[in-house]
Amino acid sequence: MSDATPYIGRAMKRVEDPRLIQGLGTYTDDLRLAGLLHACILRSPHAHARIRRIETSAAKAIPGVVAVFTGADVNDSCGAVPCAAAIPDLKAPRHTVLAGDRVYFVGHAVAVAVATDPYIACDAIDEIEVDYDPLPAVVNAMEALKSGSALTHPDMGANVAFTHVVNGGSDIDAAFRNADRIIKHRLYHQRLTPMPIEPRAVVASYHRGEGTLTLWTSTQIPHLLRTLLPNMLGIPETKLRIVAPEVGGGFGAKLNVYAEEALCAHLAMRLSAPVKWVESRRENAASTIHGRDQIGDYEVAVKNDGRILGLKATSVADLGAYLQLLTPAVPTLTGLVLTGCYKIPAIRFEVVGVYTNKMATDAYRGAGRPEATYLIERLMDVVANELKIDRLDLRLKHFPAPGDFPFATSCGVTYDSGNYQGTLAKAKQLADWDALMADRKAARAAGKLFGVGVSTYVEICAMGPSKAMPAGGWEWGCVRMEISAKVTVITGVTPHGQGQETSFAQIVADRLGVPIEDVAVLKGDTNVAHYGRDTYGSRGTAVGGTAIVMSVDKVIKKAKTLAAHLFETLDDYVVFENGKFKAPGITAREIAWSELAAEAYLAKNLPAGFEPGLEASSFFEPENFTFPFGTHICAVEVDRDTGEVAITKYVAVDDCGNQINPLLVEGQVQGGIAHAIGQALFEQTIYDENGQLLTGEFMDYAIPRATDIPEYTLGSTVTPSPVNPLGVKGVGEAGTIGATPAIANAVIDALTPLGVVHLDLPMTPERIWRAMQTRTVATV
Amino acid sequence: MARLHIETTINGEPAEFLCDPHETLLSALRNGLGLTGTKEGCSTGDCGACSVIVDGRLVPACLVLAPEAQGRTITTIEGLSSGDALHPLQQKFLEHAALQCGVCTPGFIVAAAALLDAKPNPTEEETRFWLAGNLCRCTGYDKIIRAVLDTAAHIRESAV
Repeated sequence: MSDATPYIGRAMKRVEDPRLIQGLGTYTDDLRLAGLLHACILRSPHAHARIRRIETSAAKAIPGVVAVFTGADVNDSCGAVPCAAAIPDLKAPRHTVLAGDRVYFVGHAVAVAVATDPYIACDAIDEIEVDYDPLPAVVNAMEALKSGSALTHPDMGANVAFTHVVNGGSDIDAAFRNADRIIKHRLYHQRLTPMPIEPRAVVASYHRGEGTLTLWTSTQIPHLLRTLLPNMLGIPETKLRIVAPEVGGGFGAKLNVYAEEALCAHLAMRLSAPVKWVESRRENAASTIHGRDQIGDYEVAVKNDGRILGLKATSVADLGAYLQLLTPAVPTLTGLVLTGCYKIPAIRFEVVGVYTNKMATDAYRGAGRPEATYLIERLMDVVANELKIDRLDLRLKHFPAPGDFPFATSCGVTYDSGNYQGTLAKAKQLADWDALMADRKAARAAGKLFGVGVSTYVEICAMGPSKAMPAGGWEWGCVRMEISAKVTVITGVTPHGQGQETSFAQIVADRLGVPIEDVAVLKGDTNVAHYGRDTYGSRGTAVGGTAIVMSVDKVIKKAKTLAAHLFETLDDYVVFENGKFKAPGITAREIAWSELAAEAYLAKNLPAGFEPGLEASSFFEPENFTFPFGTHICAVEVDRDTGEVAITKYVAVDDCGNQINPLLVEGQVQGGIAHAIGQALFEQTIYDENGQLLTGEFMDYAIPRATDIPEYTLGSTVTPSPVNPLGVKGVGEAGTIGATPAIANAVIDALTPLGVVHLDLPMTPERIWRAMQTRTVATV
Repeated sequence: MARLHIETTINGEPAEFLCDPHETLLSALRNGLGLTGTKEGCSTGDCGACSVIVDGRLVPACLVLAPEAQGRTITTIEGLSSGDALHPLQQKFLEHAALQCGVCTPGFIVAAAALLDAKPNPTEEETRFWLAGNLCRCTGYDKIIRAVLDTAAHIRESAV
């Protein structure tokens, strides 16, 4: 490197940005292929209906329409949409790419029209006549469990997909017997719509001569698609190239194998022409996965001095009509961090997955962990209030000490490292806690509804050890010192906004001692990044970055051997520093990468048995997850007349281990908090009693706008993770996980003087106003 | 259906294209003219990803018909930088890392450019309200607001 200051730890500008700020990024919908056809999908307006007849002749007669297909035409060729979650005794309906003789949710794909122009394809689906016989719809997961309930899939005979039970730690029954008190609470984690600003989009192109299919798709998981699509399409993975170009936001919604991806591939092969499908916003709201939708009944066994002896959770997860890739796995993740960052010796967690006539739920922003954090952080406040104990004292009382790590929890996981007291102390200091308490007192004395909320969270990141993952949790990476001494880095993770083109370049430039401008990071194309497990679960840097570090170290080791040969000495005498190879005491000569790379590739003077080239690849298998943590403090004022919440202070102190680029960390935290503000105050996916989706547009589904976001005070502490050489933990979901309960606790604290003890999310002005009138509002 | 011949000015250059009467300006820009920097997020005028400036007015290109471009002057994201010289807003978005996935970014930059044209010295509140028509799901807006306010300050200082 030029000035010997490490790139790691520096707030460096993102190398992704110059193209993106000029509108030069290529997203899937920006691709222009010769002879491109456009697909448009007809979707069910009913939550549950039998299809009596589909008439497509009028649609086919429109000039420019190339084909119209129904389920009968394509389902036998496209196989079933896969679910990767391994849950014992899981009951699953067959998930075809287009509906068969029934539709099971509003937005269920029924037919597809392909035309020379997207407007014509759109006109064509308007001309398809479908004769539906509407059937009773199941829309409420609790009702769905009752005997005599209508059935989501009548042929399956029941609405329950699975029951998952975890008993962990010491004897839960003894804990409850020994309790002075048992505190019970019901919490609802509402259904949410991820709403990336770029909807899903697919372009499929088939090369008949080569027999190869290329699929450009707005996905987080091109490699998992390459593994899973062959089962649907019958094409071997060796003939399948998946490309995730620029992806306009994922948030878990694009961590999936979707029917439309297989359908477009099939259409391209069948019609011998490239086919594009771009989802409309309404389709995105109806037919891209939703998140959350868990209702839980919780019981906490406590002693009067505040000691928590045990926690029982009985949870019902609304899965929707079908299992997408990880649908049943997400609610079970909640059980892994049920106890949050607290020593709770005994737990029992039971979750029942239930089918309803709605879009599938799956991984959205945190996936199972926000549910766990919200419930434990609400419960800590509920317990503190009931026992009249300070809520911070209650939390501190149950934190493991920094010396207790690695800390095995009663949920069966081992937290890698932590200093929960440290983030709490720093957050209190940044929030000026004593002054905040004085402000609250003064505001309340003046008749204002002012509240302060706290959450101390821990999350599971760096997914993950393969034995704990559905399909391999390792990551692959490759580093090549080119003949020009420029460096090519290839990663198997698929960043889509997180910024690893920058942070990986920082890591590699430091280790190789080259200018960062000389490092290019490639990703997202399975013909380039041969193998990978992609981006989700805050794994990119912790798992993918480690595979890169391993590869760099192999390249340096190999280079040392070559340098030793050139110095006419042994490997052990060669020292590598700041991008130069030296042999102190042997020679004053120094060899730079430019000379060494040229020797490695020209291959005229190599040691015996030395392979030409300077390239190495690695698979990294993590031995454990990582467990980032933090403390969020939020102050709100609630308008007495309108119920509107104003966030007056927001402090977040997050510990994601070592930080490669603080600018990226800050961005991830801020963006995550925005999702949490949405979840806490505005967002909810609503189906009416007939299963009609009422939140199908940005005008109905309220994601936060620039006016809804407060000024943030962000801080961090650094507790390196011992499970990877970078010491990083991951920061993708910290904001979302930490902030939702902090905001909820703040609003409820503000309403406490009115006697309100709980409110379900989202805490909209209407719901708060009603609570102010009636003291409490339970929504489920 | 007869295609319409439209003559207009885009990013300072005369431009002409053929379009269907029902085609949106967004479609004409992206498909007819190959200006794919303007993005589609909703096609209902709610997200701001397709923001362009028509005769000095900020509009969502998804709600403007392409034939309405006849005789107008249109600025898109591609018209803000010239060669390698970035617009000051682009420079500040870069410095603040005011983007992540980048799909909303062209719309934000065009909308912010319209704001600074109309009001070179906006308050933070004015900036937040002006940009409330642009949705971002990645950044949480903070860095975008800082970048725009910093640009305004920079332009004012450069003018002195």
